[in-house]
Amino acid sequence: MAAKFSDTALAKANQIIARYPEGKQKSAMLPLLHLAQSEFDGWLSEEVMDYVASLISVKPIEVYEVATFYSMYNTKPMGKCLLEVCQTSSCWLRGSNEIVDHLRKKLNIEVGETSADGMFTLKTVECLGSCGTAPMLQCGSDFHENLTIEKVDELLEKLKAKGERSSYLKSLVNS
Amino acid sequence: MGKKLLLEHINEPGIQTFEVYRRKGGYASVEKALKTMKPDDVTEEVKKSGLRGRGGAGFPAGMKWSFIDKKSDKPRYLVCNADESEPGTFKDRYLMEKIPHALVEGMITSSYALGAKTSYIYIRGEYMYIVRILEKAIDEAYANGFLGKNILGTDYSLDLYVHPGAGAYICGEETALLESLEGKRGNPRLKPPFPAVAGLYACPTVVNNVETIAAVVPIVNMGGEEYAKIGVGKSTGTKLISASGHINKPGVYEIELGLPVEEFIFSEEYCGGIWKDRRMKAVVAGGSSVPILPANLILTTAKGEPRLMTYESLADGGFATGTMLGSGGFIVLDETASIVENLYTFARFYHHESCGQCSPCREGTGWMEKILHRLHHGHGKKEDIDLLLDVSKKIEGNTICPLGDAAAWPVASAIRHFRKEFEEMALKHDKEELVHV
Ligand SMILES: Cc1cc2nc3c(=O)[nH]c(=O)nc-3n(C[C@H](O)[C@H](O)[C@H](O)COP(=O)(O)O)c2cc1C
Ligand code: SF4
Ligand code: FES
Repeated sequence: MAAKFSDTALAKANQIIARYPEGKQKSAMLPLLHLAQSEFDGWLSEEVMDYVASLISVKPIEVYEVATFYSMYNTKPMGKCLLEVCQTSSCWLRGSNEIVDHLRKKLNIEVGETSADGMFTLKTVECLGSCGTAPMLQCGSDFHENLTIEKVDELLEKLKAKGERSSYLKSLVNS
Repeated sequence: MGKKLLLEHINEPGIQTFEVYRRKGGYASVEKALKTMKPDDVTEEVKKSGLRGRGGAGFPAGMKWSFIDKKSDKPRYLVCNADESEPGTFKDRYLMEKIPHALVEGMITSSYALGAKTSYIYIRGEYMYIVRILEKAIDEAYANGFLGKNILGTDYSLDLYVHPGAGAYICGEETALLESLEGKRGNPRLKPPFPAVAGLYACPTVVNNVETIAAVVPIVNMGGEEYAKIGVGKSTGTKLISASGHINKPGVYEIELGLPVEEFIFSEEYCGGIWKDRRMKAVVAGGSSVPILPANLILTTAKGEPRLMTYESLADGGFATGTMLGSGGFIVLDETASIVENLYTFARFYHHESCGQCSPCREGTGWMEKILHRLHHGHGKKEDIDLLLDVSKKIEGNTICPLGDAAAWPVASAIRHFRKEFEEMALKHDKEELVHV
């Protein structure tokens, strides 16, 4: 079955496309890929990318090029909660290595892997602009800052109890 | 207490809303500019203010504005650079989150000066929650007649949109940002042409940092000459500093340029000194791209003068004994921190973020990461130190965009000031070799 946005998402998509001048609808590429990723289980399949290409009248290859360049786009399925731990200088100075090690042990996975229950994918990322509240991790669009091992454990419990895919798209359209 | 021009009302409850922001004097710069000034008069005030770009390079903002091609019959664009991805930098996030209308107001006044009818705020995708905050502020500005058709009944009209990136440091480089905004990979363009002539959609474009645009508000309100009285020499006005690492009070501070570095680090008003009663070892003063300095050289110049938080004073001594103000990402390392491992995190970062267009950058950053990885893990040899320097020299100056230089400078400076530490790490390996023989 070919991928297709819900009516609400499609309305949003059209509103986004309208922000760019006539003939420049390719500019909507990045916001539309975010919208697509949040609509279709947190990743971009070939089918989804082809659909986005059709919305802005570009060749599918132009979408693949972009989707593989930017680190926020996932081109394979991810766990429901993507845990992205910053490991750059300011976070490392305040103990991000310990946070990563703890998560590896606790979830029994290596960086880049997804836990057996499909709940968590662990990723390390570079500076997320949270250096003053280091160490930190991002899950969906939420920043979890000034982390300690206890705080990480609490977060995992909370996310597990919720059992939902964490959403990262807050809004992309003016009301 | 230093003067606050950007963050004065930051703790006012409800300052995120139009109503409170307006009550505190918000949007006065739009009224003043649109009703009493010609667009070029606004540019003139910005020139007089001496405001320098707050994104890292410190280029005079008024001069950049005056380069915009006003003879061209193409539309003109103002694009705000809210990509903020330089490690150690988080001031734009703070400003946009806490007082979003300051950016929206700055965008309107600046767009008027440039004659832009459509403007964009390009924000890094990881700041998705701020997209909503900004969109809300923009909606309020439309609803109150500060955006849209015939703003405040004048014949000036403007549309303003937020555009999210998707995780790529290189999109902070202005031409890569424009490529990205056009829906492409973030590959920097060859310059010239400069964006002022051919930027977004090959139209005349100005790209400015969030803080630069927000600073236009007080400049228009108080006048460029008054603004220029704050600060020292060519470092005028106030600057947001993102302070992180081994200090007691990490956070964003608005300082008057000219503040002594020592006061910034040790006074209770700012960083509050080094944590855990430890000693300071080194500072990266302006984001990951600038040379690292040992404690003595960050506090005083090689000539023995107290170092000040200004573009000039931080750069005093050139790369031999100085550094740069850069983006204002101020990272402090205490006596326990490993310079080699710190540098390794930077090298990994630049390798990850290289767009891959130029081979010296693509291959060189990979080599630097690899060599530092083995040095840091005690598998490196003494020769690796000079190899590392050699690789960094081969990148510097040989690439399309400054990311290559930005990757090279931290390496050269760390080895210059802390060679012994690198040698000790290498010695570990050599000793083990002997044991094996
Ligand atoms: C690799 C690289 C990354 C950059 N990242 C940013 C950034 O995140 N934010 C920013 O404002 N400027 C960044 N810049 C500088 C921009 O290219 C540009 O000079 C700046 O946005 C101009 O605004 P300003 O004059 O107001 O500082 C970066 C430059 C380079 C080479
Ligand atoms: S220097 Fe690096 S980041 Fe810049 S264009 Fe070349 S390869 Fe890309
Ligand atoms: S270094 Fe981790 S958020 Fe900046």
